[in-house]
Amino acid sequence: MGNLNMEGSPKTPTVNFDESSGVLEIKGRSIPENSVEFYKPLNEWVESYGNSPQSVTTFDVKLEYFNTSSSKCILDLFKILENLNGNNTEVKVNWYFEEDDEDMEEAGEDYQAIINLPFKMIEVEEI
Amino acid sequence: MALDNIYELYKTMERDHTMLSFKGVVTPDLLSSVLQIMESKLNHVEKSNKTKKKVYNVLVECLQNLYHHNENIQEDEEGINLLFSKSALLMISKNDDHYEVKTGNYIQKGNAQELKDKLDDINSMNKDELRSLYKSVLNEGELSDKGTAGLGMIDIARKSGNKLEYSFLPVDKKFDFFCLNVKIN
Repeated sequence: MGNLNMEGSPKTPTVNFDESSGVLEIKGRSIPENSVEFYKPLNEWVESYGNSPQSVTTFDVKLEYFNTSSSKCILDLFKILENLNGNNTEVKVNWYFEEDDEDMEEAGEDYQAIINLPFKMIEVEEI
Repeated sequence: MALDNIYELYKTMERDHTMLSFKGVVTPDLLSSVLQIMESKLNHVEKSNKTKKKVYNVLVECLQNLYHHNENIQEDEEGINLLFSKSALLMISKNDDHYEVKTGNYIQKGNAQELKDKLDDINSMNKDELRSLYKSVLNEGELSDKGTAGLGMIDIARKSGNKLEYSFLPVDKKFDFFCLNVKIN
């Protein structure tokens, strides 16, 4: 199936989903008017990756900001990963947020409370 | 418009510390342009990254509310001219200790009560209650066909940290004009 690479734009994040390393990275900002369209290929890729995953799958979320429409799509992506966890792969989430950005830190904590996956909260100077 | 009014308009905007104001139909292109302009303006005038992000976040949600709202107006609406009713107002101003994002748009009377109830509900909640509400709508709600999650106003209230000021002004038998003022400290 190959990797999923999408270049970021002012309204959408950079996506690097690497099949051979099991590292799935999403980075930047996510503020499309209709996020369903943007997230559809990501969901499909992860579903398909789940058929023969690496022993460890790492989801690196490095979002500077996302809108409410995206928040729902990100949750759906987490739910797909939650289903993969334990099926020939161990899924881990790294949630990055910028220093003093309590809003993004809280957003990570909220997903952590909803989703049954190990989350690591990582504070960085700049995303 | 008489020429004198141009100066009056200028003075009003100056007095209100207007950073940007727009009246018209909100399209995806307009949305991108406004966000781009505001991002660079905020980079100039605002030192706090935290405040910059909050203002930007509120602006994104307000603009997307205006954009999606347009799709709700039916083609066969009588009375108010279609283009007129799709048109919206957006104003962003910076005062000494806070920013204000103001929006105005027509809303069908049938939808006004639901929005009013939602805003009253949001305004009755404290920070923690808003966070819980956000979490439960996020987890239980469904995305509409337009990709809206019903989270916009909750998010705006959370980022604002203030009560949402609003009013519905009666226009005719079908429409009200919905005014929203979001203060961000």
